Amino acid sequence: MATTALPGRNYLEEDATTIGAWLKAWFLTVDHKRIAILYLLSINFFFLLGGLAASVIRVELITPQGDLLSADLYNRAFTLHGIIMVFFFLIPGIPAVLGNFLVPLMIGARDMAFPRLNLFSWYLYMAGGIFALTAAIFGGVDTGWTFYTPFSSTYANSNVILTITGAFIMGFSSITTGVNFIVTIHTMRAPGMTWFRLPLFIWASYATSLIIVLATPVIGITLLLVAIERLWGVGIFDPALGGDPLLFQHLFWFYSHPAVYIMILPGFGVISELIAAFSRKRIFGYEFIAFSSMAIALLGFLVWGHHMFVSGQSVYAGLVFSFLTMLVAIPSAIKVFNWTATLYKGSISYRTPMLYALGFIGLFVIGGLTGIFLGIVAINIHVTDTYFVVAHFHYVMVGGAIMAYLGGIHYWWPKMTGRMYNEVWGGISALIIFVGFNMTFFPQFIVGYLGMPRRYHVYPQEFQVLHVLSSAGATILAIGFIIPIIYLTISLWKGAIAGDNPWDATGLEWEVSSPPPTHNFTTTPVVTREAYDYPPDAAEVDAANWRPGSPL
Amino acid sequence: MATTTSTSSSHAHADHGHADHGPELQHHFSTAAQQKEAATLGMWVFLVTEVMLFGGIFMAYAVYRWAFPDIWAEAAYHLNTPLGTINTVVLLVSSLTVALAVSAAEAGKRTRIIQLIVVTMLLGLAFLGLKAYEYSEKFAHCAGYSTPIEWVTNTNQHAVYECLVPGQAFLFPADKTTGASNAPTVAGQPTPYQLFFLLYFIATGLHAVHMLIGLAIMSYLVFITWRGTISSTYFTPVEIGGLYWHLIDIVWVFLFPLFYLVH
Repeated sequence: MATTALPGRNYLEEDATTIGAWLKAWFLTVDHKRIAILYLLSINFFFLLGGLAASVIRVELITPQGDLLSADLYNRAFTLHGIIMVFFFLIPGIPAVLGNFLVPLMIGARDMAFPRLNLFSWYLYMAGGIFALTAAIFGGVDTGWTFYTPFSSTYANSNVILTITGAFIMGFSSITTGVNFIVTIHTMRAPGMTWFRLPLFIWASYATSLIIVLATPVIGITLLLVAIERLWGVGIFDPALGGDPLLFQHLFWFYSHPAVYIMILPGFGVISELIAAFSRKRIFGYEFIAFSSMAIALLGFLVWGHHMFVSGQSVYAGLVFSFLTMLVAIPSAIKVFNWTATLYKGSISYRTPMLYALGFIGLFVIGGLTGIFLGIVAINIHVTDTYFVVAHFHYVMVGGAIMAYLGGIHYWWPKMTGRMYNEVWGGISALIIFVGFNMTFFPQFIVGYLGMPRRYHVYPQEFQVLHVLSSAGATILAIGFIIPIIYLTISLWKGAIAGDNPWDATGLEWEVSSPPPTHNFTTTPVVTREAYDYPPDAAEVDAANWRPGSPL
Repeated sequence: MATTTSTSSSHAHADHGHADHGPELQHHFSTAAQQKEAATLGMWVFLVTEVMLFGGIFMAYAVYRWAFPDIWAEAAYHLNTPLGTINTVVLLVSSLTVALAVSAAEAGKRTRIIQLIVVTMLLGLAFLGLKAYEYSEKFAHCAGYSTPIEWVTNTNQHAVYECLVPGQAFLFPADKTTGASNAPTVAGQPTPYQLFFLLYFIATGLHAVHMLIGLAIMSYLVFITWRGTISSTYFTPVEIGGLYWHLIDIVWVFLFPLFYLVH
């Protein structure tokens, strides 16, 4: 790490002189910031791997025939894509990387409440990842990431148990992170850092952690039951015994629906930070945004049945789940309205993180509204298991969670590394991702509405145009993902020294040096101000000071 | 729990010396009270996750008992209720001893803590022993022996009239207590009776795994108490270890009536 030019001692600097000491200083570290870096590298590795699987899928779908992959291989490809992206990228993504780095800094703590547990969670993550990768290397899994019984428990001839073990272990990594966040936010806040002075990213992380600790154990036991069924030969989901495969779906979605809020809620938190910082305004409706996170966490537990409208559950249950699904739209919309209200009369600067944030709002609105279409039973029956569903959740997961992840990485990059990335390339790649993303997934709404089912590697001739568009968009999207890797890496050596607060933002994390010292704060900070206390006249002052050539 | 957490000790001590607190206070906490609050809250949150873990099994139990109430009532007769009852008493007493250990820890009586935790562990081991006997009884029946001892000594083998281990050999016996039974007469026939025993083995097995973890935690507590880490000012490990032990007991308090007493 070429940080020698940076001022002061920081968490990236080494006392280690031998390789052994260096390995120990990184792989046995209990510093939340170093653990965040470990997570950053490993999670991005899994993201690239999942992206590779996605590329294979998109290449296969360029032609209507199955010419690149057999049906079975195609099943394994999309399963690999789903499992890696869901369990090893989206769920740990923002909490484990940005959350680990920022939660103690934002609340004025020296570290997480349980630093060793934090390190342990990374090892669990890696162990789970190794199981999943081993399964992939030895032939993969063909069940889809949902592991539906009785296929997964009885008929599948692929590495179901290995993969399930990986997901199971990864679940415990999530749980330890969630426990750590909850306890840290409760007990480690600096003097004066009251609940309503917390940055909204903390509120979002807290809500996410609640979901993690309540939902993840349920998927753990459910996957365990599937594994037992495969190993023992008899199982509780076996219809021959009178067992109910639908019970599996209920238990699975009891976790996996809240899990989509595990993926998106931290993204909401990031966006709240970005919108405030680049509008130079106190966020509009702070309490509403904070409580809407909690409301989403709560309501998220009551809507799992909307994944099962056609699975044979009672139509009355379907109607109740449909109604409750509508309710989730309310807190989600509250957030969007408050973000847009924050922009109003703000001093908006179109830096890279802000481009991601604005892209997020647009894409999330599309993803969220199509979610309401899908929550209506009648429409859902028409588009169940079509590309309409695929497009919907990619708008939320890629357009939402990944845009927020990238926006957050750019925003806090100067804090994490002490150096600025290249702003021009940053803006270009954000635009490339936005264009590529829409080109990839918007055609999927249309092709899905026209009747193209998901998880098929062959399709009728008339869908080819839309599929080719989608695959072309995926290429652009891939380029958009690769460019940041290049310029962010280069910035580690060539980037301008960022200074402590390059965005002129509020928040305790900007009051420590960049990169922060190992123990974050030399003296425990005392908080006397609200979150986002930008001066009321910031917009006017900025406008008066603007000259041609200043950054936008 | 008592070790320092800083990697680069050169400036870990920059802001404060060690004079004002004991060695057990980790450097990222400001006060001992804060550290204790964090540890206790952390254990409670973890216990919530444990409840949700068992919650999946309880959910499956509820669904199937609702679907097959008669079969549940009939199958429950074939668990060893006397042994289950003794085990319940054993666990409840162990909860008492662990609670007494916590109060001994508050008083700082190290010898008493160790004594009480060792008694707790012995009770835990007794529970596991009885549980293992119950399991082996079921397996012995499948092999055609009346008791595990006869199985080990290979005496009095007879034709298999019952096998309550789910699988190919499963055979639910014609019932002596309730008279008529809808149970199958062919071994391995798939019936909901298997679901009951499957859930029984999974739930009690998962509980036994937790008991093993609990025993490991208790051994650790004995070790650190013997080493002198625990005192009347610092006894959080005993307290939260006790919480975990109580959770194991509470889960059993639900499992026992749900499986043994539903007839």
